[in-house]
Amino acid sequence: MTIADVKSILNAELRCGNSLDAEVHNACGSDMMSDVLAFVKDQSVLLSGLVNTQVVRTAEMMDMVCIVFVRGKEPTPEMIALAEERGMVLMTTPLRMFTACGLLYQNGLSGGDA
Amino acid sequence: MHYDVPGDDFTRAGEASGAVKGKLKQLGFPADVIRRVAIAMYEGEINMVIHAGGGTADVEVDPDCVRITLTDQGPGIPDLDLAMQEGWSTATETVRNLGFGAGMGLPNIKKYSDTLDIDTAPGEGTTMRMAVFVNQ
Repeated sequence: MTIADVKSILNAELRCGNSLDAEVHNACGSDMMSDVLAFVKDQSVLLSGLVNTQVVRTAEMMDMVCIVFVRGKEPTPEMIALAEERGMVLMTTPLRMFTACGLLYQNGLSGGDA
Repeated sequence: MHYDVPGDDFTRAGEASGAVKGKLKQLGFPADVIRRVAIAMYEGEINMVIHAGGGTADVEVDPDCVRITLTDQGPGIPDLDLAMQEGWSTATETVRNLGFGAGMGLPNIKKYSDTLDIDTAPGEGTTMRMAVFVNQ
């Protein structure tokens, strides 16, 4: 699916980024950046309820292209500026983590290799 | 390449790793090498900010190898074997609330680098030398 599909499925609002037609195949959901760095491999979408600049930094190091903030969390202006610099898409959804992950999985995004 | 890693501003942790990642991209290094360097260095940078009040990062780039040296004047690591175990962490609740401190930092650095050498002693700071080879 595309990032635009992710946005639509999650009823999300865009906060920055314009590469909505980029294809994504894998996602992961975590509030623990340590775990994202340790266990994630080749996922392009990060779902998180954590809001600080290190979420964007972590996604950057992992070559992720899109971050979805769950539970209506809003990225800070610093996070948006950093994501824009890196060409990353940030969006926010009112959905909770479990529901957001479930909907994306149901619509074809995988969790990647264990 | 030399970078100062400020210890008083968590929001800036990762600036050096991000800059190195950009340089390696410009130099045309393979994507998997760049990612391994970025993750290992970023984890080290976060550790310096969380535990040691910041430090310095020096990066040497050869066509076949990227070498990173992270140096801090922090409290040192009292039991390195314990610190290398997954899940062991001395991070504060505040750090955990920021999304770190799961005890995966050092194991992760070891996982993503090809060589890792740590000089540390209580009260004497820590120097971490890591290398990522291009053809491994």
